[in-house]
Amino acid sequence: MDNLDLARWQFAITTVYHFLFVPVTIGLSALVAWYHSSWVRRRRQDDLRLAKFFGKLFTINFALGLVTGIVQEFQFGMNWSDYSRFVGDIFGAPLAIEALLAFFLESTFLGLWIFGWGRIPEKLHAACMWIVHVGTLLSAYFILSANSFMQNPVGYRLNPETQRAELTDFVAVLTNKVQLVTFPHVVAAAYLVGGAVVMAVALWHLRRVDVGRDEGMYRRATRLGAVVTLVAGLGLAVTGDIQGKIMTDVQPMKMAAAEALYESSDGNAPLSLLTVGSLDGSEEKFAVTVPGLLSFLATGHFDGSVQGINELKAEYAQKYGTGNPLTVDATYTPNIPLSYWSFRLMIGVGMAACLIALMVLWTTRGDRIPRARWWQWVILATPLLPILGNSFGWIFTEAGRQPWLVFGVMSTSTGVSPSVSAGEVVTSMVVYTLLYGVLAVIEVKLFLTYLRAGAPPFEEPVVAADQDDDAPLAFAY
Amino acid sequence: MELSTVWFIIIAVLWTGYFVLEGFDFGVGMLLPVLGRGKDAETTEKRRRVMINTIGPVWDGNEVWVLTAGGATFAAFPHWYATMFSAFYLPLLLILVALIVRNLGFDYRGKRDDAQWRARWDAAIIVGSAVSALLWGVALTNVVRGLPIDASKEFTGNLFTLLNPVSLLGGLVTVGLFLTHGALFVALKTTGPIRADARGIATRTGAVTAVLAVGLLAILGAADGNPGSWVTTVVAAGALVAALTANLRGREGWAFVGTFVTIAMAVATYFLLLFPDVMPSTLDTAWSLTTANASSTPYTLEIMTWVAVVFTPIVLLYQSWTYWVFRKRIGTQHIPAAGPTPTTPDAPTTTPTTTPSTTPSTGPSAPSPEPSVR
Repeated sequence: MDNLDLARWQFAITTVYHFLFVPVTIGLSALVAWYHSSWVRRRRQDDLRLAKFFGKLFTINFALGLVTGIVQEFQFGMNWSDYSRFVGDIFGAPLAIEALLAFFLESTFLGLWIFGWGRIPEKLHAACMWIVHVGTLLSAYFILSANSFMQNPVGYRLNPETQRAELTDFVAVLTNKVQLVTFPHVVAAAYLVGGAVVMAVALWHLRRVDVGRDEGMYRRATRLGAVVTLVAGLGLAVTGDIQGKIMTDVQPMKMAAAEALYESSDGNAPLSLLTVGSLDGSEEKFAVTVPGLLSFLATGHFDGSVQGINELKAEYAQKYGTGNPLTVDATYTPNIPLSYWSFRLMIGVGMAACLIALMVLWTTRGDRIPRARWWQWVILATPLLPILGNSFGWIFTEAGRQPWLVFGVMSTSTGVSPSVSAGEVVTSMVVYTLLYGVLAVIEVKLFLTYLRAGAPPFEEPVVAADQDDDAPLAFAY
Repeated sequence: MELSTVWFIIIAVLWTGYFVLEGFDFGVGMLLPVLGRGKDAETTEKRRRVMINTIGPVWDGNEVWVLTAGGATFAAFPHWYATMFSAFYLPLLLILVALIVRNLGFDYRGKRDDAQWRARWDAAIIVGSAVSALLWGVALTNVVRGLPIDASKEFTGNLFTLLNPVSLLGGLVTVGLFLTHGALFVALKTTGPIRADARGIATRTGAVTAVLAVGLLAILGAADGNPGSWVTTVVAAGALVAALTANLRGREGWAFVGTFVTIAMAVATYFLLLFPDVMPSTLDTAWSLTTANASSTPYTLEIMTWVAVVFTPIVLLYQSWTYWVFRKRIGTQHIPAAGPTPTTPDAPTTTPTTTPSTTPSTGPSAPSPEPSVR
């Protein structure tokens, strides 16, 4: 493998790993904030217990999301310095604003929330977690603005003298049409994860025979999680549908790759539910298709025409293949099987999570508790499915953009750091992979330990004003 | 003033913010084996927890300063960001690993009641803090002294180019400053024996650091000093002496302000030595990256300036408020007893406990009914 492949693998590994934690952070912070402010409003003891319980699970997860995020910010300069030079004028701004507006907010107010019991007025304390949640949303907004520029470059011009992209309209970058639909899609996906985690964790406790008096609390949490999952799933479907049409418009090759559609279709293009064939698409062994559905998904009409990979490839080669060294590439085609399968898995696991949520709502109605043994497998799968769905979604989005770093403007092969040796990239790759592997084991064990312990017993919170000077801290590391 | 100059100053301010804030939590981390040692295992553990809890609510926010500095460099000086981060490839990798394990150490060490588990995370905190402190100093000193950068703005050296004596001295100075800064922070934030011990440590590390720092700044100043950098050098040295004097007199607040100013002035000196370059080339001065040839377009800088002008004060405001909220000194009596590990599902963690922890009868060292866990 050369530097390019290594740097791409490294980006894939560190990004997918980082993004295992991000949706949990976004989704769970909202639910923790909900429970905490619900306690402040209604004084139901269970709400405070659940806020603390899910708050612990949240912080265990947040810690790892934060540290792996630091790697992300440094990686552009370390492995992709030519990309950073080329696009820094545009790409750097949302990144810097993300740190200034979102990271400070998240870190500072999470510290206040964790250590603030008995130190700050309770309404303000509950608000801290909401502020953390707003921070996660702001963070998502700015980083997705940067990413959307790579998918659909807007608000810039190419300076022929310096051979760099220059920002001309920052508002256009922040309101990129790809961004406007990607942001709600990603946030909905994060809520799906948050809902599924709460649902699965609470259901696990609900099924335990020894729970006894906590049954009501876990039942309500299970059902709230299921409702959040379903609503988020609906949001995902709607935004995903709009996204498909915009994607077909700005990145037709990505849609063709998602469908492994080699030949253009003049209308009534069938949607492939499952196709088994040779990897270059020349031979189809087995296929399940729905006539016209691809046309509808891509264009909104059943008779809309959809361009195929071969036609697009020829078109791109003609358009970008000569003259500009930044846009020359041998393939102009993403990895088709990867695009095809990640697209299907993304949708499939998302739908599976929604089906489980429906099933959970049905089986926990009244005072019913699903006791069958196979439920333990469902519970295990429930949070993992949408988390994987998020990964597949990103793999599809990013792999489908290839061979471009910035679509139509800069090919991936021209973005790597020229001064970095293969040995250095291999070293960092080995270090990250080993470290991330060890950390995954630690975090999962810790998460499960705290999950099993369940919600802590209710304890009347200390009032900020009347604290004894030598009383132990309400929270300490 | 040129906008690129404004951004040079903003980035200097961000690094200053990072070093004066995370500087002391690096120091606290490094001092764990020294200050966090008691006559028996139990006292040792309590002292360590007191130390970690002095920075508990704030270290995470402190660290964001470096992310903002990195992001701002990317936005305002893409060439600086690209050249610097690819040149410092392996040291940056080490710093990242160090920050990762150190941060998780704070978060995870108390999450299981297991001596070996805690010992491992303690090691992560100590080594992680020391390695980051040392390597940031090495890296920034290299930036100021210049690196072999060719005509296409690429670094042409290797790891050993970076490990030169002066830069290593720079690393030692940051370690020394952060140790002193951290010890004074512990002294300022604690009560009891640990406070007295912290003051003692600060005096010793401070004296050694003063000698090293003066040597370093003299070497760098002799190479390319200017009136401004000499002024800040003298202020830095004066502030360090003042800090040590205040510490000897038991004025911990003023002593901490002293090291705060020392570090801020040391960073200012570095950036004054650097300006108008951002990455001087040792091969040919024509190839140096400067504020002019490494910066973004005026349009980007203008937007970023507005964002910085509006939001930086807000960030400063709420971060200062955090320090105010957690202003009380803590001691071993404030550390909730017992390990906070949740027990197995069948153990009686779910039995109701309603004893409020606020009853005045709760003695100084009485355990809280249910130690909270994060």
